[in-house]
Amino acid sequence: MSDKTYVKRYSALARANHWVTAISLVLLAISGMALFHPSLYFLSGLFGGGANAREFHPWIGLVLAISFLGLFFRFWRLNLWERTDNVWLSRLRSVLAGREEDLPEIGKYNAGQKMVFWFMSILIVVLFLSGVVLWDDSHEWLAANLGLSFTIEQSRIAVLVHAIAAVIAIVVWIVHVYAAIWVKGTLSAMIRGKVTGGWGWRHHRRWLREEFGKGAKGTPPAE
Amino acid sequence: MSYINPKLDLVRRSASSDPEPALAPGDQVAKLIDISKCIGCKACQVACMEWNELRQEPEENVGVYDNPADLNPDTWTLMRFTEYENTAEDRLEWLIRKDGCMHCTDPGCLKACPAPGAIVQYSNGIVDFNSEACIGCGYCVKGCPFNIPRISKADNKAYKCTLCSDRVAEGMGPACAKACPTKAITFGSKADMVTLAAERVEDLKERGYARAGLYDPPGVNGTHVMYVLHHADQPSLYAGLPDNPRISPIVETWKGVTKYAGLLAIGAAAAVGLGHYFMAGPNEVSDHDEDAARKLKEGRDV
Repeated sequence: MSDKTYVKRYSALARANHWVTAISLVLLAISGMALFHPSLYFLSGLFGGGANAREFHPWIGLVLAISFLGLFFRFWRLNLWERTDNVWLSRLRSVLAGREEDLPEIGKYNAGQKMVFWFMSILIVVLFLSGVVLWDDSHEWLAANLGLSFTIEQSRIAVLVHAIAAVIAIVVWIVHVYAAIWVKGTLSAMIRGKVTGGWGWRHHRRWLREEFGKGAKGTPPAE
Repeated sequence: MSYINPKLDLVRRSASSDPEPALAPGDQVAKLIDISKCIGCKACQVACMEWNELRQEPEENVGVYDNPADLNPDTWTLMRFTEYENTAEDRLEWLIRKDGCMHCTDPGCLKACPAPGAIVQYSNGIVDFNSEACIGCGYCVKGCPFNIPRISKADNKAYKCTLCSDRVAEGMGPACAKACPTKAITFGSKADMVTLAAERVEDLKERGYARAGLYDPPGVNGTHVMYVLHHADQPSLYAGLPDNPRISPIVETWKGVTKYAGLLAIGAAAAVGLGHYFMAGPNEVSDHDEDAARKLKEGRDV
């Protein structure tokens, strides 16, 4: 058994930001699905009934929107698309089989993680904007302060868009959570903020080289 | 509204998968509003307020007869006044329509409602809101083709005309019909009301209203509140009464394919994940990986 090395991957602030986002996303999915299909209406019981679920949902959405904005500005640069991402995607079969020796060396994020990032970024904007149209309690304020009002026809479009975007977001969320469970050692990045060197070597070798390179020069590791 | 305990059978219940028996034609009731007989006295509005104990706060007079300006949680029926310049016959017509819930046979509000039992349809065709189950989401507003339900700011519940389901359950007609001094509003079985409307339409045609007709829109499988219109070819003349009302296709898509496909997609994603885990097994870091990382850190060749 060899001694393990550790690399810092996320600061405490980044992790807190992530978990606020994660918790609000889960609460939103539960309260939203309760109103999406009658067979899931019982989920509203977790909020103290349908009326409460309806009341809390948009406020939690506001928390998510602000919190995700933090994540976005934290990570967007690291999620810019690169040439190697196309190679990674074209070898998806190797990815799914866990044959990472067939893949190019990856930076902090692989193409799958980047896609989750950008999908979520777009979906949360769509969900927020369509959600505002559906948030009746906010309309008085919006009319008084921004001069915004919505027709019933617009609210019909908003409710359909909101439902479809939410379904896609939940599917993306499942991919995100599944990947974290499947790839062992990943969760500790978001819980303790660090991963083992072996994890970095196996999954994000280019990032690991940069981190160790930085450490040698005595500069503090970045996000 | 637990005091409303009608001796009526439910045929439909919002957000429920119970079977939906067809309305029995014999039991169906209807209110017929003969616009050609209406004098705009608003006795129906007052009777509705009285019976249902609704008191709308007075509003600003904006120079029209409509009072209040729109339906609201405390105004379930409203006279809407339209001045129509009939250029073809060179005259000004004052069209007065008693607006309120149409009690659709295919109710868009009920279809859109996510709260089980918050909207029900009785076997006599009346569509009713049940405040105890209502969660105030406003989906009924999106489902309704007639722009009728209103959400109360006081208790976050949706309100609209009940067709006096409580009175009807006791064998009485709705309060508005009882109060109408010109019998512009009549109430009875749907079949009788259709027959009565046919007589009225014939009469109107004899008196020069060639396009008079009954408004019982087929797009929502007919309604349990119907109008006799002098201009049945142009319902929208009457303060925007929809010409061809139907549940919006957007609402149908949302409550139809999206609901099922959405759940299927979420379930499938979870199943694929589970399947992959069992097929591929966990993706684990090996001791070899850890060794390589340590050597990298120590600056040795790997």
